[in-house]
Formats: sequence, structure tokens, C-alpha cells
Amino acid sequence: MSLTIWSSAAEIRDAVAGGEVSCAEVARLSLDRVSARNPPLNALLRVTEARALARAAELDALCARGGALPPLAGVPLVVKDNLCTRGERTTCASRILEDYEPPYDATAVSRLEGAGALLLGKANLDEFGMGSTGENSAFGPTLNPWDPARVPGGSSSGAAAAVASGMVPCALGSDTGGSVRQPAAFCGLYGLRPTYGRVSRYGLVAFASSLDQVGPLARTARDAFLAFAAISGPDPADSTSLPDPPEPLEPPAPRLEGLRVGLLADQLGADVDPEVRALVAGAAERLRAGGAEVREAALPHAGYGVATYYVLAPAECSSNLARFDGVRYGLREPREELLEQYEASRGAGFGDEVKRRVLAGTFVLSAGYRGAFYERARRARAAIAADFARAFAEVDLLLGPTTPGPAFPLGREGGDPLSLYLCDVFTIPPALAGLPALSVPCGFTAAGLPVGAQLVGRRLEERTLFRAAGFLEEALGLAGRHPS
Amino acid sequence: MALDVPVIGLEVHVQLRTRTKLFCGCGAGFGAPPNHLTCPVCLGLPGALPVLNAEAVRLAVRAALALHMAVTPHSRFARKNYFYPDLPKGYQITQHDRPLATGGWLEVPLPGGGAARVALAQLHLEEDSGKSLHAAAGGAGGSRLDFNRAGAPLAEIVTEPCLGSPEEAADFLRALHARLTFAGVTTGRMEEGALRCDANVSLRDPATGDGTERVEVKNLNSFRFVERALAHEVSRQREAVASGAVVARETRLFDPGSGATAVLREKETFEDYRYFPDPDLPPLVVGEALLAQERHRRDEAPEALRTRFRTEMGLPDYDAGVLTQDRETAAYFEAVARRCADPKAASNWVMTEVLRQVKAHGGDWTRLRVHPEELGALLAQVAEGRLSTALAKAVFARMAESGEEAGTAVRALGGPVVRDGETLSALVDEALRAQPRAAEDVRAGHGRALGVLVGEVLRRSGGRAEPRAARRLLRVRLGLDAEE
Repeated sequence: MSLTIWSSAAEIRDAVAGGEVSCAEVARLSLDRVSARNPPLNALLRVTEARALARAAELDALCARGGALPPLAGVPLVVKDNLCTRGERTTCASRILEDYEPPYDATAVSRLEGAGALLLGKANLDEFGMGSTGENSAFGPTLNPWDPARVPGGSSSGAAAAVASGMVPCALGSDTGGSVRQPAAFCGLYGLRPTYGRVSRYGLVAFASSLDQVGPLARTARDAFLAFAAISGPDPADSTSLPDPPEPLEPPAPRLEGLRVGLLADQLGADVDPEVRALVAGAAERLRAGGAEVREAALPHAGYGVATYYVLAPAECSSNLARFDGVRYGLREPREELLEQYEASRGAGFGDEVKRRVLAGTFVLSAGYRGAFYERARRARAAIAADFARAFAEVDLLLGPTTPGPAFPLGREGGDPLSLYLCDVFTIPPALAGLPALSVPCGFTAAGLPVGAQLVGRRLEERTLFRAAGFLEEALGLAGRHPS
Repeated sequence: MALDVPVIGLEVHVQLRTRTKLFCGCGAGFGAPPNHLTCPVCLGLPGALPVLNAEAVRLAVRAALALHMAVTPHSRFARKNYFYPDLPKGYQITQHDRPLATGGWLEVPLPGGGAARVALAQLHLEEDSGKSLHAAAGGAGGSRLDFNRAGAPLAEIVTEPCLGSPEEAADFLRALHARLTFAGVTTGRMEEGALRCDANVSLRDPATGDGTERVEVKNLNSFRFVERALAHEVSRQREAVASGAVVARETRLFDPGSGATAVLREKETFEDYRYFPDPDLPPLVVGEALLAQERHRRDEAPEALRTRFRTEMGLPDYDAGVLTQDRETAAYFEAVARRCADPKAASNWVMTEVLRQVKAHGGDWTRLRVHPEELGALLAQVAEGRLSTALAKAVFARMAESGEEAGTAVRALGGPVVRDGETLSALVDEALRAQPRAAEDVRAGHGRALGVLVGEVLRRSGGRAEPRAARRLLRVRLGLDAEE
């Protein structure tokens, strides 16, 4: 068997289809890697071995009968633990859902398994998707495989660490303000936030409904594309899903002819780490050398992004998390009086960051403050979306850093929330505009930490992102470099 | 004159007559065992999302048109946030700043004849809550929750504060009930909560325009309760004013046992529902097609229909009343009358034969197997003298029983109609012998006696003789011209 823990999803699928390896063997290889690497990294909250092996057996039987194999046959993967899995606990890394077992699968999960993937486990995260370090998990922080003293990024912390450490070639995360792209950048992965509505949110436990999107993380552009294609397309169970048909599985050719790229010069200023600045500028040069037309572009209102986001997302969060009241499911702290029981259950069940956002969101929606905060933020969101529309009249892609710096040490800022919110400064604007954005590895710092560049495209033009990503992947030659 | 004149406004919750709930596929029926009509969506499980029921929109639009309201082309759903155990998501999906319809009026018949117009403010769609079943005070076991009703579709109809007395309020509610039940918007079953009402009551001084604080009275679920509760509340407020006390702004609950209202909560602790647009649902667009369909099928108000049946069709008031008791009866009658061109005959048949059949099927019009066109055709044959009334009744009963066509039913009831030849000739001879007196009368020029002879022929034929042919042959035998 020529497969290794670093084999891509595409390679695994071909090996399975060619009869070189069984799905059960692939699953075993991954499970062994999980046994070795998960205890130190804490990437997975639970391993769903029985489920993965059952699916592997089905696929092997199908293969033995000579049946046509689905496009991700035998590919092991993990999903963030805010995606519902039938009969498997789905905790959102929160005490309040510690023992919660959903009675149904999220659409993205059932589509992946339908495409032949083996669900190997549920990945750690910042509680309910709130955080950008992976430290806000009720079940302990996840460590960065490149440097275990550093954070893997978040909130899809476990998904990123599992893929970067070779447990699986691919994972599903969710991205509200950068929760797929930022950990992808910190862990040297491709991380896609699809166009809002391109992937069903049904079964994704909501944080901020108007911003949440499910997206893949992978070590190759092609794998990220394959996983995206497999989960894309309309879903009658999600009223906000777009009607456009699923993405064709064939990835775009990595050709740049005629491609106009806008380099976001504002995002390469003094606030950005010099090494990150240099690597992103280097990626721009590669694109130019490869035949793309690169020019400067600007988003005048993007600077309001963080403030806008931290009004709108908490507002929606305060409402979305109201259902966790200890009455029907989840943690309950029994009390004689109803109000006391709510307070005790939610007080014991939610972590600090969740409480902070529920409080902030409740405040910005309150009578007397709504206009100054919530309504104003909605207008700012529209202004940011208009910036992108103007930029995309001139260029086909926007390029900038995914994050201001590389992965930082655990416990930085003493957990100061405001300073941590600034991690999302570049990933938030495309999320507010509902646009597709992809974090692409663009090099390593002198200390050996991965750095990501963010590509942003027009609505529904994920293929354009992958054209450029595929080109950069070849041109930069970063594949094959793995954490020790 | 002082603070003396009651000012009453009503908020009426109308259960829409849909097969399924407002945002999921669960049955919206009544009487199932607790929690049997539930799913992840209406239980508010994590990750579940709402999908709007088009039939509920149709019925709400129908209600709006029946009430002369302006339908908003782009309305939207909002979240009303509050905690209560029977509210699964911690918020209710309703409409707030952009309701489905505004304005409008309903004509309410006055006791002394004539009618008054009650002005309406708005109509909006919203989901119902579940039911809390509280254990008896001090009893063990606490409260139980039944979510069968959670998510059932409601239209809330709000009047302007323009009702001047408890009687007027109750009359309005009766007229609204009749109008919406007639239009098929709701089952109208008060005992199942199909129409539930809250009232806002204050007193006004018409001279100065001053008024007391508004008191909301809840739980008015029958016409009688509305009248009793409001009468009690008006006199309570009058007594308070007379004794120099202040009427506090508060919410009171009507207790049908005591006939009194009691404080539920004081409004001084102002409730802030933190409304905001529901990000899980796109704007509700009511298209021209739906509006056109509903305008086209728009029913006349039962009162107007009754008048038209009397004046244009010449029906007695009794008939018009019976035929407008519900929409189905009226529609069936109109179709029969149109086909047979004899409204009184159609009325006689619908009030007797047709309603008897419908009643035998538990009032379910969908189980009546005779199309009104078919009955109309049958009655036209009777009118033309080609079928006896007796045979027509037997044919109708058989059609209703077996679903056969008229021709098949006639044949099944003893072969073809007798209209010439030996058989008819013999029947005529028998009739002349049996009714010699009538024969004499006809010969003496009393044409009316011919009917007795025709009846005799029909009786002897078991209803199978064609009346028109029998009449013609009798005239020939009695020495008159064949044709009259």
C-alpha cells in the first residue's frame, strides 16, 4: 500500500477505486494516526470509529460487487462539533450540550458521507464557534501541530489541527467571521468560506445565522475543492440556501490568463507582521509572473468591519442561543423557580466568551440602543458590500493576508477579547458581504510557521478562487512540507 | 361627561386551516397525543431551520383580501425574543415592522339592522407556541409541555381601537369568525382555539379627549367570554375612575369561573422583545400570481351572498340562509343553479338531497361524489320532462353512493327510460282506466287534470317513463293536440 498519512483525498479515492487499498485499511491508517497524535493535540473531542468502519465496510462491499464508487469513496474526514451527527454527540465544545445527541445529520455531513467519505470524528472548536484561538473550548484547548506552544487558530481549531497533523486529509469547519480561513492560515491549509447560501446550514448549530457558512479545510487546493463541491448546492431544508445547482466535481485548470487580481494595499500596512507582508506580496508577484494582471485595490469601509461584525454577530447569537435553557435538552441545573433555573443552567453551561457575546448582543438589540448599534451596523454592512461590488467591477479576485500575523502563543493577550477580535480584521469583510473567500498557504516565517493569503471572489465564483489557488500551489512548491 | 366612554381594540389570533405547520412538515391537526406532531424544527433543536409553508401564506392573503386590507408585496419575518418553557427556540417567529397586510375593515351587522364598519390596523403571520400543562398547585410532578401546537400557523388580526362597547366587540368577533370560516381560512372551531382574542380597554372623555391607561385583557376564547370580560373590565375601570383611583397600565387575565379579570403582570416592568429580522428566512414576497388567484376566488361575504341569492335568484330568505351557512354549500348550490337554470329547484335539491349526503359523510364535502355540474344536468332533464323527480332522486342517491355517471345510474336502476312504443302505450291505457275522473276533466277542457294522469303513468312505470312523452301520448288519446 503506497498511501501514507499525508496522502490527499484525491489519491486515496483513486487508490480505493483502483483496488490498491480497501476503505477499511484507509480508515485504520487514519485511526492509528489519531491514536498517536490526538492525545497531545486535543483536535478531536470524539472518535466515531464504529461509524467510519461501518461506512468503510459498505463501500468495500460496493467495490467488491464492481459498483461505481462515489467521488470521495474511502476518504476519512472529521467535522467540527457544531455540525449535527445523528446518534453521535454534538457538543459545540460547550458544557450546556455536553451530552446532547442530535436525532438527525446536518445536510453537509450527509452529503459528504453520501459522497463516500468516512466520518472519523468530531473536531474541537471554540465554544459555539466563538473565538479565534481554539482556547474557548469547555473541553480544553487544541494545540497547533506546527508548534504545540501556539494556538491553531479558531474557531475551527480541531478541524485544522486534525488535517495539519495528518489524521485526515480533509475536514469540515464553519466560518462566521473567519473561523475556517484563520485556522487554515495558522496551520498551513487551504480553507474555504463558500458564498453565503452555497452550502446548506441545516444542522449547523447556529452562532450568527446571516454569517455562518460551512466550509472545508484541506492540505491541497484540489481536496478543498472536492469537499466543497460535494457539499454544495440547494437544500430545501435551508431557506437561505441558493438555488444554483451543485458545483461540478472537476476542479478548474490552474491557468491565470485574463485574470485580474486586486492587491489590497491597505492590508499590507504597519499593523501587519513584516514576514506576512512579504509572503503575501511574493504571492502577488507569482500571480503576475504567471500571467495575471495585478493592480492595487481598496475597500474604503472595510475598516468598519470588526466593529460591525461584533454588533451583528452577537445580536444574532443572543437570539440563537436562547434555546439553550435547560428545559428540553442539554444541561439543567434544577431549581424551584423557573427564572432561577434558567440563570443557573445557562450560567453553568456557557463559557465566558459565549456569555460576553450573549450580553453584548442582548444590549445592542435593546430598546433605546438598537438604532445606535444594530441598525447602524446593518448600514455599515451594506456599505462594505458596496465596496466589494465596486472593486469587482475592476478585478476578478482580491488578494491580501488572511491574518495580520502567524499563529501566536497560547494565552496571549491574557485572553483580552478586544485584542483577539482584531485577528479577524481581514476575514470579516468578505463574510459580511456574503462572498466566497479562500485562505491559501503562501509560505513560512523564519520560525517555520505557516502564513496564509486570502483570496476573495465574486458571489458564486469559487472556481475563480481555485484557479489562482491551484496555480500558487504549484508555483510556490509548498506541498510536502509537514509538521515534524 | 367624564372618563366614561369605553375604547376597545382587539388582537385576534386565527389558526389557519393548513395541513402542516408554519415552518415544518408536521401535521397542524388537533387532538393527537402529546408531542406526537413534532420534529427538530418545531422543537427548536440545535441546527434546525424554518421553511415557510406556502399554504399558510395563501390563507393569510385570502383573509387579508376578505378584510379589504392592502397586502404588502415584501413583508418580512422577525424574531420576538423572550424566555418561556413552551417557546422552544427562546423566540417566536412573527412579523413586526413589515406585516403581511395593513388597513382594511369588516362590516358588522347591527342589531337594529344596517351595518357598522370596524377599522382594522394590520394582519401578520406568526407561529403558535406549545402548551404548558401545569400540575395542580402543590402537586408533585411539576409542569408538562406539549409541543404539538408549537409552530402551528396563526394570522394575528389587529383592529384599530374603535370598538365602543363589549357588545360591539363580541359582534365584531362573531362577524370575523363567520367571514374567515366562510372563506376557508380557519376551521372556526372555537373549542379547539381556532380563534383566540386579547383586548385592549381604556376609558375616554369625548369632551376633552383624555383617556385612562390601556389595560390588556388576555384569554378571551369565546364570544361570550369577550363580552363578559369586557363588561367586567369597563365597569371596573369606571368604578376606579369614580372613586378617584388611577387605572394602571397592566395586563389582566379573564377568569371565566368568576367572570372577573385579575392582574397578570404590571406593564411598568416594560417588556423588551428585542425584535430583529429573522436571518433564517428571506423576505416574504407575495407575487401577483397568488394575489390574482386569491382575488379571483375571493368569496363574497356571507351576508352579501345571502342578499344576492334572495334578490337575483329569487330565493326565499330561508333558502338563502341555509345555502350560505358555509362556503361549500353556497359554491355547490351556485354551480347546480348555473347548470340547470332553475335556482329554486337547485335550492330544494341542495337543501335536502345534497345536504343529507354530506351530513352522512360527517360534513366532509370532498367525499360527495356527485359534481354539481352533474346534478345540474340531472335537474335540467327533470325540468324538460325527460326524467321524473322520483327517478332523478334515485339516480342522485346512486351516483352519490357509487360514483357512477348519470347515464350508468339510470340504466342500473331498471333499464332505459320508457318514452315510446308498446310499453308506454300500455301504461297510458292503464292510467286512463285508473283515473277515469281525471280523463273526463281533461276532455271537458280542464287541462290541469292532465298532471294527475301523467303522475299515474310515472307511478305505474316505477318512475321510468319519460314525463314529456307520457304527457304527449295522453293528450293524443284524449283527443287534444300532441303539443300544447
